[in-house]
Amino acid sequence: MEENLKTCGVISPEEFINCKGWPSDERFLKGPVAILECIEEIPCNPCECSCPKGAIYVGHPITNLPTLDESKCIGCKSCIASCPGLAIFVEDHTFSDKEALVSFPFEFIPFPKKGEKVSAVNRKSEVVCTAVVHDIYCAKSNDSTMIVTLRIDKQYVHQVRSCKMLEA
Amino acid sequence: MFEVDLLIVGAGPAGLCAALEAGQQGLTVLLVDENAKPGGQLFKQIHKFFGSEMHKAGTRGFRIGEDLVREIAACPNITLWLDSVVFSAIDQNHFEVVHNCSVQVIKTKKVIVATGAIEKGLVFPGWTLPGVMGAGALQTMINVNRVRPGNKLLMVGSGNVGLIVSYQFLQAGGESVILVEAANRIGGYGVHASKIRRYGTNIITGCSVESVSGNGKVESAILAKVDDKFQTIKGTQWEEKVDIVAIAVGLYPLMELLRQLGCKFTMCPALGGWVPVHDERMETSINGIFIAGDVSGAEEASTAMEEGRLAAWSATYDLAKCTKNKYESVRIDITKRLEALRSGPYGIARKNAKDSIYAIAKKF
Repeated sequence: MEENLKTCGVISPEEFINCKGWPSDERFLKGPVAILECIEEIPCNPCECSCPKGAIYVGHPITNLPTLDESKCIGCKSCIASCPGLAIFVEDHTFSDKEALVSFPFEFIPFPKKGEKVSAVNRKSEVVCTAVVHDIYCAKSNDSTMIVTLRIDKQYVHQVRSCKMLEA
Repeated sequence: MFEVDLLIVGAGPAGLCAALEAGQQGLTVLLVDENAKPGGQLFKQIHKFFGSEMHKAGTRGFRIGEDLVREIAACPNITLWLDSVVFSAIDQNHFEVVHNCSVQVIKTKKVIVATGAIEKGLVFPGWTLPGVMGAGALQTMINVNRVRPGNKLLMVGSGNVGLIVSYQFLQAGGESVILVEAANRIGGYGVHASKIRRYGTNIITGCSVESVSGNGKVESAILAKVDDKFQTIKGTQWEEKVDIVAIAVGLYPLMELLRQLGCKFTMCPALGGWVPVHDERMETSINGIFIAGDVSGAEEASTAMEEGRLAAWSATYDLAKCTKNKYESVRIDITKRLEALRSGPYGIARKNAKDSIYAIAKKF
């Protein structure tokens, strides 16, 4: 059976083609940038309102898929916590030659600590690699959505979308 | 006898928004809820809502509830009775309520029934074992009562309730979730499914629960693959060790008061089952009786809030407490926002269902 978002909850490569929130390969080389993994027409637009640079466009009707203007996006991560679907991530391919940073929303306690080693997982919860927690923060406006940034081997950057829940 | 312009039955999102709109227009409002706290389902919605800024998108449900309750408290025209049950409709202007251990009669000019919806059940061998519960009940236990009734969850149903409660069960420290869906596609939003897939949840489509067993409580479940007519495919059964089974197979309107009043109903599967006939103004087949929220068809909190506002304005206009122009302009704005919420692939079935109900209402 076809494996796609509606049959198993994981976006397939074919479905990513329709995704307007995915930056170009060139843009990834320039610095941190947001990735909006949003491919369903749901009435929803808090991402648009959250971007301080106006880099996310939804417009009307609000069922439009969000489009990323990669030239305006500075990868500030303000949008990550705004998405009720937890579908926004930020990748930074310029961290070093071998390593990249990936930021994602995390809503479980205990939170990971800066410097901690965690298991980085992909969209199917498979452990991809071990990672070091580069940074964590939760602004009050994030309302308990922690933004976790992991330092990982660059080859995994498009795969890693969270870390395993930690033991209490 | 307690006399008011407007009686609102149910202080969930629809009832709260209705009370605020009517109160702000100068109507005297009695808002009654059978629970100890107002807010309906909002207080267990710990996730962030979708929609637009107007719908408080990006805000956690319980915070929307807190804001509404604060605004109600600040409005002098609104009387709030909690732990109180409107158990009888004498006629469309007289209702009986149990309040403070006695029966009170309410005399009212207009009524908004906003009693919400109730979870559907699913019958299978073992369904009465302790540990089998509605997904909404599980959600209340973990988010409101802070009790996690088990560690290994079997969630039956992949609509938004099933997907969201599975996530919240993991947030509450649950060990594992198996989610089964009888159809061959996930029913709720893809993003909700993606969230739980990141944390090890197994989502199995074309599958249902055949039976549940255990010694005085849930200990295991037999799952089976089903065909496109939802019939078990022989020989596909297997066992999973679980200790909670949550049923998320839909909601239907709680309409007892409307039945007492003699309102007309129509069968509408897309909105949960029997739904009270109502027009675009939220008025039922009985003049002066309005409805709002899930009692008018199982949808979501954002549509409930808008319908509550609309019903309140309709009642306000009918009581000649606002001009026709004002009413029309508000009604058009709210209707536009409701249409926005009922758009896209997830909204279209509900939009069509509501349109067909409005068409039926025209005949009465």
